[in-house]
Amino acid sequence: MSALIEFHGFNKFYGEQQVLNGIDLQVQSGEVIVILGPSGCGKSTLLRCLNGLEEAHSGSLKFVGRELLDKATDWREIRQQIGMVFQSYHLFPHMNVLDNLLLGPLKVQKRQRREAQHQAEALLERVGLLDKRDAFPRQLSGGQQQRIAIVRSLCMNPRVMLFDEVTAALDPEMVKEVLQVIQGLAREGMTLLIVTHEMAFARAVADRIVFMDAGRILEQSPPEIFFTNPQTARAQQFLEKFSFVATLPETNPTKELEPL
Amino acid sequence: MASSGLELLWVSLPQLARGAGQTLSISFLSIAISTVGGVLYGVLRTLNVTWLNAILRIYLELFRAIPVLVWLYLLFFGLPIFFGLSLPSFWCAVLVLSLWGASEVGEVARGALHSLPRGQREAGLSIGLNAAQLYGYVLLPQALKRMTPPTINVYTRIIKTSSLAVLIGVVDVIKVGQQIIERTYESVLIYGALFLFFFFICYPLSAASRVLERRWTQA
Repeated sequence: MSALIEFHGFNKFYGEQQVLNGIDLQVQSGEVIVILGPSGCGKSTLLRCLNGLEEAHSGSLKFVGRELLDKATDWREIRQQIGMVFQSYHLFPHMNVLDNLLLGPLKVQKRQRREAQHQAEALLERVGLLDKRDAFPRQLSGGQQQRIAIVRSLCMNPRVMLFDEVTAALDPEMVKEVLQVIQGLAREGMTLLIVTHEMAFARAVADRIVFMDAGRILEQSPPEIFFTNPQTARAQQFLEKFSFVATLPETNPTKELEPL
Repeated sequence: MASSGLELLWVSLPQLARGAGQTLSISFLSIAISTVGGVLYGVLRTLNVTWLNAILRIYLELFRAIPVLVWLYLLFFGLPIFFGLSLPSFWCAVLVLSLWGASEVGEVARGALHSLPRGQREAGLSIGLNAAQLYGYVLLPQALKRMTPPTINVYTRIIKTSSLAVLIGVVDVIKVGQQIIERTYESVLIYGALFLFFFFICYPLSAASRVLERRWTQA
């Protein structure tokens, strides 16, 4: 069986600068891929290319066997199958939650309102926000908005979900509620591509870690191997920066911290 | 004097009302066309099509650089000479004010669309909306709200600028006023009435624009 998503020698430039360089990546159906790497390494750009928000320059990108770099690609159809969630949620501020959720199903997919609303409400209930059905985005916390944004993508019944640093703009206490939703999707067997800086989450949820630097994929390995025994010096360096916090002494020698 | 002045206004009222009718018809037709044309201009400008942008820029600069009065003369006297096409002065005024107003409203619309976070466009695209749906459901409803206060200010300028139509022979409220003054020499009284006429049309609009601006910047 061929992969659901296949990048082959995939390149992308911003002007003179090459931001993606010879990307080779296969994603199987049901797989959870977490892409790690320093800021500006091209990991967000990679996701955006998969959703047609950025145009690729050369190489090959196949989705269910279809070449997406073809000029004739109908991105509107592809986007219905590849949902995307953004760092800053981007809910539509002039619509209430339900209208945000139903815009795609009703206008793009031309589904019956009753059926689409039924699905939207079931998903809202699942993320614990059914009572916010008629609220406007500005009345919701960041964590709530992000969960709604995830539901907005799910309402399109996509085959793949892309998460682009979806917890980066959230207060720490709201990160958990969003990660739980993503973890739930992973357990159900949804294909996920996740860009994140939450290392512990990456380790817990990923089937495979893809480590990128300067537009290239340097390493692809199962999370346990990546986190305990990274193959490249660059990945070791990268992980050391994150482990710095973890290796701090648990308590301050002069002053006891309040237990959380 | 006071009573004869009021009497004169009373007697002149039907005549003034006809003039006011001309002024208001020109203004409101131009406002309606400017609004539709301006929103269209804003949408087209934000599609980022190079050749289309070039054409629209030329149109914009022509109406920015050349006074409305010159456009009025150009179309009213020029069209018959160069194209053998003569437009009644009323429609000539509507045409010029609409083209000028659309360029003004258009820049406001372009600015409003441009000021929306880029993520709105991307979020819309990511659920599969096409361009018409993206503008119709996501971008324009937000942009229209942002552009309303400055657009109302354009409306008051269109109403005031419509008085130039006198110069190509439209018998608007000002022309009627002048005719009455020629007959009666009551310039202070008549111009006072014209002052009040324009003030009571334009002031509520400016006030509404301010109220909306305050209310919507809070929300």
